Amino acid sequence: MAEGSIGQPIRRREDYRFLTGQGTYTDDINRPGQAYAYILRSPHANAGINRIDTSAAASAPRVVAVFTGKDMAADEIGGLPCGWLVNSKDGSPMKEPPHPVLALDRVRHVGDPVAVVIAESLGQARDAAEKIDVDYTIEPAVVDPAAALQPGAPQVWEQAPGNLCYDWALGDAGAVDAAFKGAAKTVSLDLVNNRLVPNAMEPRAAIGEYDRATGEHTLYTTSQNPHVIRLLMGAFVLHLPESKLRVVAPDVGGGFGSKIFHYAEEAIVTWAAPKVRRPVKWIAERSESFMSDAHGRDHVTHVDLALDAQNKFTALRVSTVANMGAYLSTFATCVPTYLYGTLLAGTYTTPAVYVETKAVFTHTVPVDAYRGAGRPEATFLLERIVDVAADELGIDPAELRRKNFIPANAFPYQTPVALQYDSGDYQSTLELALKAADYAGFEARRQEAGRRGKYRGIGLATYIEACGIAPSAVVGSLGARAGLFEAATVRVHPTGSVTILTGSHQHGQGHETTFAQLVADQLGIPIESIEIVHGDTAKIPYGMGTYGSRSLAVGGTAIVKAMDKIIAKGRKIAAHLLEASEADIEFKDGKFSVAGTDRSKSFGEIALTAYVPHNFPHEELEPGLDETAFYDPKNFTYPSGAHIAEIEIDPDTGRVEIVNFTASDDFGRIINPMIVAGQVHGGLAQGIGQALLEGCVYDKSTGQLLTGSYNDYAMPRADDLPSFSLSTHVTLCTHNPLGVKGCGEAGAIGAPAAIANALVDALRPLGIKHVEMPATPERLWRAIQQHQPRAAAD
Amino acid sequence: MQKTVSLTVNGKPASATVEGRTLLVQLLREHLGLTGTHVGCDTSQCGACVVHVDGEAVKSCTLLAVQAEGKNVLTIEGVANGDELHPMQEAFRNNHALQCGFCTPGMVMSALDLVKNNPKPTDREIREYLEGNLCRCTGYHNIVLAIAEGAAVMRGEAPPANPHGVAAE
Repeated sequence: MAEGSIGQPIRRREDYRFLTGQGTYTDDINRPGQAYAYILRSPHANAGINRIDTSAAASAPRVVAVFTGKDMAADEIGGLPCGWLVNSKDGSPMKEPPHPVLALDRVRHVGDPVAVVIAESLGQARDAAEKIDVDYTIEPAVVDPAAALQPGAPQVWEQAPGNLCYDWALGDAGAVDAAFKGAAKTVSLDLVNNRLVPNAMEPRAAIGEYDRATGEHTLYTTSQNPHVIRLLMGAFVLHLPESKLRVVAPDVGGGFGSKIFHYAEEAIVTWAAPKVRRPVKWIAERSESFMSDAHGRDHVTHVDLALDAQNKFTALRVSTVANMGAYLSTFATCVPTYLYGTLLAGTYTTPAVYVETKAVFTHTVPVDAYRGAGRPEATFLLERIVDVAADELGIDPAELRRKNFIPANAFPYQTPVALQYDSGDYQSTLELALKAADYAGFEARRQEAGRRGKYRGIGLATYIEACGIAPSAVVGSLGARAGLFEAATVRVHPTGSVTILTGSHQHGQGHETTFAQLVADQLGIPIESIEIVHGDTAKIPYGMGTYGSRSLAVGGTAIVKAMDKIIAKGRKIAAHLLEASEADIEFKDGKFSVAGTDRSKSFGEIALTAYVPHNFPHEELEPGLDETAFYDPKNFTYPSGAHIAEIEIDPDTGRVEIVNFTASDDFGRIINPMIVAGQVHGGLAQGIGQALLEGCVYDKSTGQLLTGSYNDYAMPRADDLPSFSLSTHVTLCTHNPLGVKGCGEAGAIGAPAAIANALVDALRPLGIKHVEMPATPERLWRAIQQHQPRAAAD
Repeated sequence: MQKTVSLTVNGKPASATVEGRTLLVQLLREHLGLTGTHVGCDTSQCGACVVHVDGEAVKSCTLLAVQAEGKNVLTIEGVANGDELHPMQEAFRNNHALQCGFCTPGMVMSALDLVKNNPKPTDREIREYLEGNLCRCTGYHNIVLAIAEGAAVMRGEAPPANPHGVAAE
C-alpha cells in the first residue's frame, strides 16, 4: 500500500463522512447562544439612499440589533479591498472606487447589502427586515459592458468617468499592425463571452464569534482561502491583528472561484458579534447567492487573425470590453488582463499578439474569477477565430491547427505575451483526441444524421492554461498585492504517524486522498498513518488557498519540500544511531539504511528517537521532527489539451444532443487518475453549461436580475450531459519536483469552444458562421429559421 | 404559533416544538441536529434535501414539519448499517461519484428511490430520474456509474467491473 500509491485510483478518504451525512459545512455549525443575521438588499440597480428608518424593525419581536452602513462607518470600518492593481496603457492606475461593506448613500446593483437585522431566529430577522423603510431615489442603470462605454450611459462612479476602470494593453501593436498589412488572409469575429453565475451547491455562509476573555474573533466561513480572508478582513476592513483573528473554512460545498473572495457578510458577522455579545450566523438563500456571489466571464470581444500564404498565423489582435460589475471584487481586475491576455498565443506560434482590455463598471454584481478565469475567455475567442479561418480557407480545422502548433521540441517556448511555456506536446494530444473521437469517420455520421433530419457537427478546441499561479516576484511586478506561494507543515508524531498541515483548501478536490498518496510514497508509510489538515488559520502555519488549479503544483510541492527537510533531519538522526557517516545513509521505502549494509532504522524508530532523545546528536540537532516549508514556484504550470464535441441539432426544436465528447489533456504527472477524471468531468459540465444552457441576464432598462433562481438560470442537469471519453498524454512540468501541472479548470476552458465549433460546423450548410452562447434551443431554432429559406433557395 | 410534531426518524421516535412555518428540512437540521440533509436552493430545484417519507423520496424543503406528524422519515444518517455503508453509498465511493459532498445525501436518497421503483435502470433512465438533483462538481458521469453499480449490488448481482480501475476490497 505504502509503495507506489502515486498513479493509483485510490478511493477517497473523505467520502465516508460525506456519504453518511457527517460532513461539517458552515451551516452545520451552531455556536452556543448564536443569533441570526438577515441582510436587507437593494431591490434597485442604481438608487440614491435618502433615508433608512430601522425603528420598526429594531422593535420587532425578538430582534437583537439592526445595523446600517452608518453604524459601520461610525466604527471606521474599511471597505472591501481589491487585491490586484492594473495600470492602463498610459501608465495611470485603475480607478478604484470604495466598496463599503454596507451601502452608504447609494446602492449600485440589485442585491447590494443595505442593512443587517440580527434576531433570535432567521425567520424573525427576515420578518423584521421587511419593516425597514428605505427611501430610495431610483435612477437609470447600465448593465451591459459595451453599453456602459457609450456616451450618455448612466455613470456608476463619479471617479470613473465613462465607467472606465482601466484601459489595459499587452503586446507589440506595431508588429501586429505590420503583420496585418502584409497578410495573405485576415479573418475577424465579434463575440460575446456570456456572463455566468458560479452556483456552488453550498450557498455561502458565515458565523462570527467573539471571545471576550481572550479578545479573539473567530469567523467560520465558506472560503477557498481562509488565510487570505483573515489578511484582507483583518488588515483592510476590521483593523484586527491576525493574532486575534481566526478564520475557519470547514467542509466547503464547492467553490469554482466564487469562494475565493472576501465578501461583505464575513465582515458583517465578525464585526457584529462583539457588538451584540453573541455569535452571529448568516446563511445565504440561493436567491441571495444569485445577487451577491461574484459572477464570471461577461466579455464583449472583437478579434482579428492574420495568416500568410502558407496558412501560418502571423498576428492576432484582440479588443475586449470586460464587465467588472459595480465594485471591484478581490481579484476581478487580473482576470481579463493577466489571466487572459497572456494566454492569447494559445498553443500556436503566432509571433505577434496585441490585446487591449477596457474594464468597465456597470450596475451589476461584481464579476471575478470563475473556473478558468480569463483562460476560457481567451481559449474561446482563439479557437473560434481559428475555426473561422479554417472555414474561409476551406481547410480542415485540425490541419490548420497542426500547421500552427508550437512543436514539441520547441520548449521552453517564449510567447509574445509574456509567458514562457515549460513543456507540452500539443500535436500528440490532438492526435489522441482525433483518434478517440473517430474524427476521420465523421462525414459518414453526418450523412447518416442528415438522413434522420438532424444537423450533425464536430468541433474541436485546443487550449493552454497557466496554472499554479505563480512566482510572487513576477505577479508582484504585474500588480498583485499578495504573494502566491504555498505553505505546509509535516508534523511527525513520536510513534511515526504524520499530520500534514496544508495551506491549500479542499472543497471537492480530494486533497485528503491525493496529498496522502504523495506523503505515503515519499515517506514510505501507510496512507492510514497520514492525516491531512486544512482550512483553519489556528492550525495551519499559513496558506494562500486553492484556486487556479494550484493545489498540487504549489501546495503539494510545499509538502514535498517540508518532507525533504524531515528526511534530511532523519538521515542525521539515523547516522548518529547507526554510527555511520550521514553521507552513507540512504532513505528508501520508509527505512534509513547504511548503504551497502543490512543495518537500518525504520521511519518510526527515527521519529521516536526525535521525541525521546536519550541517544541523540544534541550538539548538532534540536529534538522533534516537525518541519515547515514555504514554496514559491519559479513559473506558472501549463496544462494543455484538445477537446472534441460531436453534436446533433434537431431543426424542428433547436435542441442539441451531445452525441460524443472527447477530452485529451496533458496535466503532467497524475497522482490519482480517478480524481483527475472527476475534475475533468466537472469542468466539462460547466463548460458545456456555458455553451448551451447558462446565461446570467439583467434587464437592460431596469437592471433587474432576470435569472435569479434555478427556475430561470439553466444549470446543467444529468440528462443535459453525455458521458465523457477521456484520455491523457503526459509531458512533465519541468520546474516542480512532482512534474505536475493541474487539472481543475481544463474542462471549463476547452469545452465552450469545442461545442461552439461543433454547432457552427453543423449549421454551416445553412450559411451560419457563428452562434452566441448559450446556444439555447430558442436561439438555434431562430437562427435556423432565419437561414433556412436561403438554404432552400440554394 | 408553536406546535409539537412527533414522528419517526431513522427508526427512532422524535419530537420537536416548531413554528407553523417550519419546513421538514429545518426540523431535521435545526431541531433534531441531523445536518446531513442539505439546503441548496429556495425553489425546490436542487434536491440536496431529499429524504424518504413513508418510503417515498421527498424534497424536505417542500413539506412543512407539521405535515410530517406521525410519518416515518429516513435521512442519509439512517442509510448505512452501523459503520457499514449501504451498497449505494459504497458504489458512490467506488466510482468517485462525489466531490464536495454537498449534493451527495440527496443524490443517494434519490438513487435509492429510483432503484426501489426501477431495479435495473438504464443510463438514460438514471439521467432522466436525476432531473430533480443538481450537482455542480461531477458532471454526473460518475454518479450515473455509481447508481448502476449500486443497483446491481442491490439486485444481488456482482458489481460491474470498476471503470476507474479501483481494486475490489
